[in-house]
Amino acid sequence: MSFMPVMLWSDVLVFLLLAAGIASAWYVRQREHLLLPWRRVAESATAMVSLLVVSLFLLVGLLDTLHYRVALPEKNGGVTVFSPEVLSVFDKLVTTLRTQTEKTYSAPLAVTLYAKESITDAQGRVLRDYPRLRYGGAHLTAAQQQDSDVLWRGLTGVLGGLLVGGLFVGVVGWAKRSLPKRGNGGHSCPPYTWRAVIIATLIIAALIGMTVNLAAAYHVLGTDKVGQDVLYLSLKSIRTGLIIGTVTTLVTLPLALLLGIAAGYLRGWVDDVIQYIYTVLSSIPSVLLIAAAVLMMQVTIDTHPQWFETSASRADLRLVFLCLILGVTSWTGLCRLLRGETLKLRELEYIQAAQSFGVSTLRILTRHIVPNVMHIVLISLVMDFSGLVLAEAVLSYVGVGVDPSMISFGTMINAARLEMGRDPMVWWALASAFGFMLVLVLSANLFADAVRDAFDPRLNCTEVVA
Amino acid sequence: MGEILNVSGLVTKLRNGARIVDDISFSIRAGETYALLGESGCGKSMTALSLLRLLPDGVVHAGGEAQLDGVELFNLREREMRDVRGGTAAMIFQEPGLSLNPVMTVGEQIAEVLELHQDMGGAAVLQRCVELLVQVGIPDAARRVTEYPMQLSGGMKQRVMIAMALAGQPKLLIADEPTTALDVTIQAQVLQLLRDTQNETGMSLLLITHDLGVVAEMAHQVGVMYAGQIVEQSSRSQLLAKPLHPYTQKLFAALPSAARIGQPLAAIPGSVPPLGSITQGCRFAARCDKAWALCNEQAPQWTVVGEGQGVRCHLYSELAAGSLLSVAKSENLQGESDAASVGYPPQVSSYQLLQVENLRVHFPIRKGILQRVIGQVKAVDGVSLEIPQGRTLSLVGESGCGKTTLGKALLQLITSVADSMRFAGQDLIGANVRGQRAAMQMVFQDPYASLNPKMRVAEILEEGMVALNIENNSAERQAHIDRLLGQVGLARNSKWRYPHEFSGGQRQRIAIARALAVSPQLLICDEPTSALDVSVQAQILNLLKSLQQELNLSYLFITHNLAVVEYLAHEVCVMYLGRIVERGTAEEVLRSPKHPYTQALLSAVPRIDGKGVERIRLEGDMPSPANPPPGCYFAPRCAHAMDICRASYPPATKTTATHIVHCHLHGDGLH
Repeated sequence: MSFMPVMLWSDVLVFLLLAAGIASAWYVRQREHLLLPWRRVAESATAMVSLLVVSLFLLVGLLDTLHYRVALPEKNGGVTVFSPEVLSVFDKLVTTLRTQTEKTYSAPLAVTLYAKESITDAQGRVLRDYPRLRYGGAHLTAAQQQDSDVLWRGLTGVLGGLLVGGLFVGVVGWAKRSLPKRGNGGHSCPPYTWRAVIIATLIIAALIGMTVNLAAAYHVLGTDKVGQDVLYLSLKSIRTGLIIGTVTTLVTLPLALLLGIAAGYLRGWVDDVIQYIYTVLSSIPSVLLIAAAVLMMQVTIDTHPQWFETSASRADLRLVFLCLILGVTSWTGLCRLLRGETLKLRELEYIQAAQSFGVSTLRILTRHIVPNVMHIVLISLVMDFSGLVLAEAVLSYVGVGVDPSMISFGTMINAARLEMGRDPMVWWALASAFGFMLVLVLSANLFADAVRDAFDPRLNCTEVVA
Repeated sequence: MGEILNVSGLVTKLRNGARIVDDISFSIRAGETYALLGESGCGKSMTALSLLRLLPDGVVHAGGEAQLDGVELFNLREREMRDVRGGTAAMIFQEPGLSLNPVMTVGEQIAEVLELHQDMGGAAVLQRCVELLVQVGIPDAARRVTEYPMQLSGGMKQRVMIAMALAGQPKLLIADEPTTALDVTIQAQVLQLLRDTQNETGMSLLLITHDLGVVAEMAHQVGVMYAGQIVEQSSRSQLLAKPLHPYTQKLFAALPSAARIGQPLAAIPGSVPPLGSITQGCRFAARCDKAWALCNEQAPQWTVVGEGQGVRCHLYSELAAGSLLSVAKSENLQGESDAASVGYPPQVSSYQLLQVENLRVHFPIRKGILQRVIGQVKAVDGVSLEIPQGRTLSLVGESGCGKTTLGKALLQLITSVADSMRFAGQDLIGANVRGQRAAMQMVFQDPYASLNPKMRVAEILEEGMVALNIENNSAERQAHIDRLLGQVGLARNSKWRYPHEFSGGQRQRIAIARALAVSPQLLICDEPTSALDVSVQAQILNLLKSLQQELNLSYLFITHNLAVVEYLAHEVCVMYLGRIVERGTAEEVLRSPKHPYTQALLSAVPRIDGKGVERIRLEGDMPSPANPPPGCYFAPRCAHAMDICRASYPPATKTTATHIVHCHLHGDGLH
């Protein structure tokens, strides 16, 4: 075998999440009344467009999660030896971006480096000029051709993207029409939703086409200090951001939900204990707490190098622990919110009606309280998502974030600290990190908002009984 | 006397074009009270808000004129309009607790009006504030002026609201359901105050209400609203003597009272259509039993019937040739139903289903770091009662007297202490609570809060059955649910809907079905109709009554509405401050009340027959159950209080075999 699949800890968690997602989707599909709110989601243009964007990010993240190690050509006594470098399917897809590194900074779409250097020309004279890049625009004979070449490549890329996107839309539309309608048949998306989704698909396809075509010859978003392509760094950061946002949630959610509604519903000493715990926890400066935990973990990892086969698995374990630590320290806000909401709900008459039936406490919590606080959970989780991605950036700044070898928005923003202070300023690394994060968090927020609206029965009077 | 307010052709629309106030015309003369009567969702409040140009976003004035004291309101600029609001026309709202700013003292809030509309300043303001508070009957006004709204009771807050409204010396006072949130005794005080103020200042009053009793007591002219239109307009006496529109007739017929015992109330089927859901023809046609083809095709025109009396109904327009005939017929029907009333049904001997002796619910008051108990709120303080099988015991009292707490304590939702508590011969104290859950169930007050919005009807009904292991498998439970829905008069396909898709009355039916799902013998109904409109209330009362006959249920009916008590109850307990002060059969308690509190309560109820019952006015409010007065709890408010009343709590006195009263007035002769 020429490669060996590698399962990192974070990969396991991602696949678990994915499996849970697919299982619940399948479960919902079997039940008409649970499917109904999702149908309403499908009818909302905002939801579908933001879902499209989010799923593109998810796709990149998932491709980046399939890890493997390639076999080295030499064999050690007949046993295949694998490279110590862990790659992902995504790395393989963008090999050119990954491998074509320049010497140092270069601006987006530039053909030369960003700073002047002493160059020895053919005659042996020493000039002070911007040296040409090794890869960016290397096919051009003269730097003056750059503008027209960029324009031409951009245009052809847009056209190619539109073509592919149009083809995709056409195939999907044809498949939808030719398939017989299932179920009660009365349901279909309103036309304006489809129009919005088609337009969004075409725009995104054009953008991707342009980027792909340009990236073949240029560094579309420039290069960083060590000459790595910023587009590559931004795309790789997506996985780190998604993992920090979702795996942390896995830790926060059960803690916040369980403790919050238990405190609110049971009152008494349970409430006292839980309140004391989260009051104490939230009065400790969180950066301090996280830094202490991360540093302890770092020492443990450093003193046990034999635990890790590759540097990637070490960096990965550090990421997973960072998520755990972030999760354990950041559940208090949601917990407090849920406790307050539960205090309000427990006085409502339908809870008392359930109590008078002798319904067990656990059942009251799961059937009556949890569904009625889910909207708060959903919104605050998505809001927290952006906060967590930012927290990672702050922690990396302090030096207790992800492993320095791991690419993340945090490390990119952290690096930008020095770049912004340079003259002339290097702005593109920060701008790309900012842009990618903005699009990711914004579309996640919009989608969550649409989902919340679709699940609120008060906003969705389907039909009034006469 | 001249007309203060003259409204003609007022139309208010939603932005999507739906007309929620549709072509309303009326006028109010100086010193007169005009009542807008109608059920919720008829556009009464929107009419008032349109007049003051305070419409919420998304609602616009779309036509019509209104002259207030000779000024055309809809031509004024916004700045000039501000002088009108609070100046020429003032408004008081339904919920006194929410209409006062909690962080400003009462005086500051009144002073604001004075400074704006009376150009007053300095010490004169404070003096005028005190005067106003005295005028609305607030004792110790000089001290109250510096207090915050939270230090006042509900009735006091409404008085302060009235004082604020009066501060601008308005010519027109718009009162939007001013007493709906108040108890009967407080309601009587506030209505009396409004009448007195009107006599003193000669202002006009636009009274918005759903309560026919309040109309009968207050109004000179009445406009009956239905679905955004005035369907009938007449003077009070004409309206009470001979309502013309079928809707008005139905409203009167739907009122529960002693005269209708033993027969179903004339409930109006269905509910008020949502505002703006305009259909062709008469808006009431769908619920009207006199409707014929024309009613569904053509909207009826305004028809003037007599002086100052008009109606919007085809029965009275020239088109309907046989109009007189049908009126006569309807009166005939009325007569028949009166004749059919037979008074109280005969006593049925039955065994006592629930017997409770000396039930107490005390909530500890804790204070300090160590949470030491420094006192007890005696919410229920030694209540004994019996409920016979298949009968209705009604628990009457003002809010805060512990009625609901008692109901919950019986269901063991609140921990309580009792000397004995027997249900169907079994001792409940120390028994397994879960085993008894099925036998007693509760129907709650607010149908909007008592159904989980995230569960479908079938799931709501199934929950109790699953929890108590009733019916063995899912199929049997589903069949049972179908039966239940049939029993409470809901369509079978409503099983798979969510509660928010139902109207208030339908939700209350679901709540009743939920309670019935576990086949209880005793149903505790906690004000089940107080959140519903009159016409829907009649539907629910009919349902409860027929269920009682069908299933031989016992009810503990908790309410403050004495008309409902008269209609439904076999026995009545009157509660005051956690104790039962009088109990007996419905006839004994309601016809010949012995306790001064019961007498006051009964006289405070506004009657539609307009008979001049001598009113017993109660001063002040109910004391706090944390700190009850010594002796008889009612003594501080009682007109007949004697020295002994302030010294010792009166023991139970039997006046007849079934009638027991706790009052020193009746103690001497019989003990």
